[in-house]
Amino acid sequence: MVKYIVNRILVTIPIIIAIILIVFLLLQVLPGNPIQVMMKEKVNQAVIDRVTEQMGLNDPLMVRFGRYLWGMLHGDLGHSYKLKRPVTQLIMTAFPNTVKLAITSALVAWIIGIPTGIISAIKKDTLLDRTLMGFSLVGISLPVFWAAMLLQYILGYKLKLLPISGYSTIRHMIMPAIVLGWASSGSIARLTRSSLLGVMKNDYIRTARAKGLVESAVVLRHGLKNSMIPVVTMMAMQFASLLSGAVITESVFGIGGIGQLMVSAISQRDMPLLQSSVVFSTMIIIIGNLVADILYSFLDPKIRTQ
Amino acid sequence: MDDTILKIRGLKTQFFTSKGVVPAVDGVDVTVRAGEAVGLVGESGCGKSMTAMSVMQLLQHPGRVVEGEIWLKDRNLLKLSKREMCDVRGNEISMIFQEPMTSLNPVFTIGRQVMEAVRQHQDVSKEEAKEIAIDIFRRIGIPEPEKRFYSYPHQLSGGLRQRVMIGMAMVCNPSLMICDEPTTALDVTIEAQILYLIKEMQKEKGTAVVMITHNLGVVAESCDYVYVMYAGKIMEEASVYEIFEHPTHPYTFGLLNSIPKTTEVKDHLFTIRGLVPNLLSLPKGCRFCTRCDKAMQICTEYEPDLYDIGGGHKVRCFLANKEVMESGK
Ligand SMILES: Nc1ncnc2c1ncn2[C@@H]1O[C@H](COP(=O)(O)OP(=O)(O)O)[C@@H](O)[C@H]1O
Ligand code: SF4
Ligand SMILES: [Mg+2]
Repeated sequence: MVKYIVNRILVTIPIIIAIILIVFLLLQVLPGNPIQVMMKEKVNQAVIDRVTEQMGLNDPLMVRFGRYLWGMLHGDLGHSYKLKRPVTQLIMTAFPNTVKLAITSALVAWIIGIPTGIISAIKKDTLLDRTLMGFSLVGISLPVFWAAMLLQYILGYKLKLLPISGYSTIRHMIMPAIVLGWASSGSIARLTRSSLLGVMKNDYIRTARAKGLVESAVVLRHGLKNSMIPVVTMMAMQFASLLSGAVITESVFGIGGIGQLMVSAISQRDMPLLQSSVVFSTMIIIIGNLVADILYSFLDPKIRTQ
Repeated sequence: MDDTILKIRGLKTQFFTSKGVVPAVDGVDVTVRAGEAVGLVGESGCGKSMTAMSVMQLLQHPGRVVEGEIWLKDRNLLKLSKREMCDVRGNEISMIFQEPMTSLNPVFTIGRQVMEAVRQHQDVSKEEAKEIAIDIFRRIGIPEPEKRFYSYPHQLSGGLRQRVMIGMAMVCNPSLMICDEPTTALDVTIEAQILYLIKEMQKEKGTAVVMITHNLGVVAESCDYVYVMYAGKIMEEASVYEIFEHPTHPYTFGLLNSIPKTTEVKDHLFTIRGLVPNLLSLPKGCRFCTRCDKAMQICTEYEPDLYDIGGGHKVRCFLANKEVMESGK
């Protein structure tokens, strides 16, 4: 088990370095001189050349990459050209908002998704099952911005129940959580249902019934735990993807999170900020996958007892 | 004194599929007395498991008991509520299955799974249930029971897992244990040990056993009485001694010939010619007539009853009916 986890972590390290390199290289090939962007107005070419030289932008690629990695190891992600602040600081200001959004919407997704999946599985092929699954499908396929605007219109503008945008109070957190949570709950519900239905066909379910357990105990004790193995994995990966920034939701609701940081970095050609925020979210996803794998191994005794 | 434990009368179990109604069990009578071991033999697909599942009321959609009575002592199981049936399962009637590798839940320790059966039916504390579980592990021959209590199913061999299943089935001292091909998936050497264990437990606790198998050799080893089943119906029933001394039904002959004998070396095992008929299109007349070497004219037109030929021996074949035979076919 420990060996499995250590192995899994060791495998992740080269992947992370490779990703940093790829993001770094991709942003190098983008056209445009960042110094020009930084200086706003037209400036003397000599000044641009001097600053470029000062910032080491003329150094060979590998030297610059090495410098970037080295800085990263010391918590220095460079300086934003536009916002004129350390990137680390910008990310650390934005991240708590993204975390709040991720936690609240993941909770909504689980609270809706898991029971929906269980009920659908138990009531397989009934009207209730079809209704719930239809609802989940809508959640999956409805564009997030559209659902967001719909809720803003109804709950915010018409009924005046919740604030339309901003992220300062708990009341602000409700609508984004519902929008994002509902979207993720659909896949959780469908996976819970299909996984539970698959598990209920197993021989050990028949054994549990033969023991005299009532059906609810058979489903909840013997079915659910086995069927949750893939669902937990999916939940962990979904959560990681939420943590890496919900670009659309953050934009629609004006939440200053990682997603918005990335959008503004792109639109302003703020290379250090873009580079580091992309690396940051990618790393969150990779770590999320790692956690999902480790959780998986905890749930499955075959891996755990190895 | 009536010591009948299980009395199945006119049991019909059908599957309502899109292709039609499958009569998996088609009017079966079975009687099991206290402490007795009764065999239910037949080729695969002839309805043995579904007979057992009907008794346990574990049939899954689209299967359903459509007719008959299943008496456990003085109660008709088919008339019990779901709740009452839960109190019967695992407590008064228990069942073990053909698939020891997959019949235990992979995410729980075997100790916990046996404890669960104990606590479902007995009002005992966790500690007492654990004692009981470890005690049964010891008696079914699990080495180091205290340690094995915490093992997961995948850490055990198939033979040990089947032992755990037997322990789980016996832990509440049921009056009847149904064993559905308990050794089919196991090695021959393990098979003998498992059959021996079932016999031991049966003697020790006075439990009646229904032994489902496709192998008359297993019946010879472990049963007192035997029912031979074919395509949903009982074809012959007699004491095990009778069946081996005076087999009467042509199907029983076929089954007897297909027992592997360790004393002879054969190139291939004898098998009954032809295949089990599709239950959706059974032949007219005797349902064995398409495969029977002795089939007569009448066999393709009328269905034989179960004729009593004396000494508790019954046969569903016109050959056993004197009137039919004397009337000149
Ligand atoms: N789920 C099902 N749907 C349709 N028919 C079934 C189903 N399960 C069993 N049957 C029918 O019941 C018959 C008896 O099955 P079974 O009792 O399992 O045979 P066996 O004697 O091998 O235990 C099979 O031949 C099959 O036609
Ligand atoms: S009734 Fe006829 S076909 Fe059927 S088993 Fe007897 S001899 Fe064979
Ligand atoms: Mg079977």
